[in-house]
Amino acid sequence: MTLSVDIRRTNGDFTLATAFEAPPGVTAVLGRSGAGKSTLVAAVAGLTRPDAGRITLGGERLFDAASRTNLAPRKRRVGVVFQESRLFPHLSVRSNLLFGRRRRRDAAEPSFDQVVETLGVGHLLDRRPRSLSGGERQRIAIGRALLSGPRALLFDEPLAALDSERKAEVLPFLEAVARETALPVLYVTHALEEARRLADRLVVLEGGAVVAAGPVEQAVAKAGLASAGDRFAEGVTVEARIAELDEAYELTGVALGAHRIWVPGLIGAPGDAVRLRLLARDVALALDPPQRISTRNALTGLVRSVRRTGGPYVMVAVDVGGAVLKSEITARSADELRLAPGRVVHALVKSVATVRA
Amino acid sequence: MGVTASLPFAVLAALALARGRFPGKTLLDGLIHLPLVLPPVVTGYLLLIAFGRRGPAGQFLEACCGITFSFRWTGAALAAAVMGFPLMVRAIRLSIEAVDRRLEDAAETLGSSRIGAFFAVTLPLSLPGVLAGVVLGFAKALGEFGATITFVSNIPGETRTLPAEIYTLTQTPGGDAAAGRLVLVAIALSLGALIVSEILARRLSSRISG
Repeated sequence: MTLSVDIRRTNGDFTLATAFEAPPGVTAVLGRSGAGKSTLVAAVAGLTRPDAGRITLGGERLFDAASRTNLAPRKRRVGVVFQESRLFPHLSVRSNLLFGRRRRRDAAEPSFDQVVETLGVGHLLDRRPRSLSGGERQRIAIGRALLSGPRALLFDEPLAALDSERKAEVLPFLEAVARETALPVLYVTHALEEARRLADRLVVLEGGAVVAAGPVEQAVAKAGLASAGDRFAEGVTVEARIAELDEAYELTGVALGAHRIWVPGLIGAPGDAVRLRLLARDVALALDPPQRISTRNALTGLVRSVRRTGGPYVMVAVDVGGAVLKSEITARSADELRLAPGRVVHALVKSVATVRA
Repeated sequence: MGVTASLPFAVLAALALARGRFPGKTLLDGLIHLPLVLPPVVTGYLLLIAFGRRGPAGQFLEACCGITFSFRWTGAALAAAVMGFPLMVRAIRLSIEAVDRRLEDAAETLGSSRIGAFFAVTLPLSLPGVLAGVVLGFAKALGEFGATITFVSNIPGETRTLPAEIYTLTQTPGGDAAAGRLVLVAIALSLGALIVSEILARRLSSRISG
């Protein structure tokens, strides 16, 4: 069973125009707020009507503008887990879990006991949603969707409303569900980390359009998402040219001023322009030229500025000739190294992400 | 009686006003609220014209279902229902609007039809409001005087409402004591209704929110 989406919807001056396929397994849809994620979710769930295109699930048309098909949500059998859980406050946890099951008696798999066990919610069955923690609520919402006899699952930022502790509590259950289910799962999120942990494939949505789709790491590279995680993390992006290739070790040498930065993989031919993204938290500083360490990229430069960022960290700008790198280190390190503008330092770059030029 | 019979209609009207988007919504809104602002005597007179023995609606109902309103207790019930209707609709509408619509969306993705989602989710969640509406409607029915007396007169044992009885007694020599007793009854009934509704509302909302 494959979920296939090819739709267009205009709302004001925003247009969502997206096409991708979600085979069995987890397909993450990654995008910032305003990228069109909510519209996509609502369209697949049947809660909003696209202007054009079609949505099919295992060959059945859920929506098709051409033949004026638009199945009601209940006929689509897409189990949805919403960001705000949307449990029914007047029903017990048990009744919430069974809400869908009672309306689709033909749905036998998975069994109630199985779901309760997978999600570890057996002790909550007689409670009311109000008395549950955010993480527990989301687990119930997941169970409710699983028990509604779905042919596909749709997760709409299920962790976005939770603090990091609760996230960590729910993630293992999501992983268990992702592992065990044979259905196509669409996991919509703005957090690359979650996509990486859960998904087999990734669709990157930007401004309503798909900018990359495929196996997670390929799509990440193609969309130019910083490999170290969050693309919004502080760092610098520098333009440079490929100088040489080390084919034996599959490394690419990029000329940055007088320096050479080695990037994993053969990413182009000498002379090609590339864009490198260096995250501040991946750049360490040393006063002496480092020797015998695994980090290949050490660039000598001058401290330009030291800026407190709040908390235990400071942001150090280092001019390495040809580029100004940023390094996030603890304030204590900065004090111990007596970092101040004008000081010579060696910037150790732990990892570099290449962004398609 | 009038309150019970008109409750389903009140819920329907409240739903239409809360959720619906249709031409003439403002008109319907106004029509429903008319008895609230019209002098009760005018409402009673209009009822007399429409539902009286020779009124078009009255004739139709008598022919098809054998229901007669004029000068019967059914007429008094109808008058009470019409007068209480706007109050009920207002209370119910407010509570329906207070329920998160997205819960219905969720119910639909779980296999409910639209109507099913309303009955399974929104209606139970707005029960305290419905209850408040019923109490208001009941209070209005209890106190109904003007529309009833105009529509179906003041017939002992048939269309005489509590205030009408009290009024009659105060007009009768030596009726003061009886009127006083009825006043006490009225106070007891009203107070009782308020207390019962308060208890029910509390129980309901604690059931709803867990």
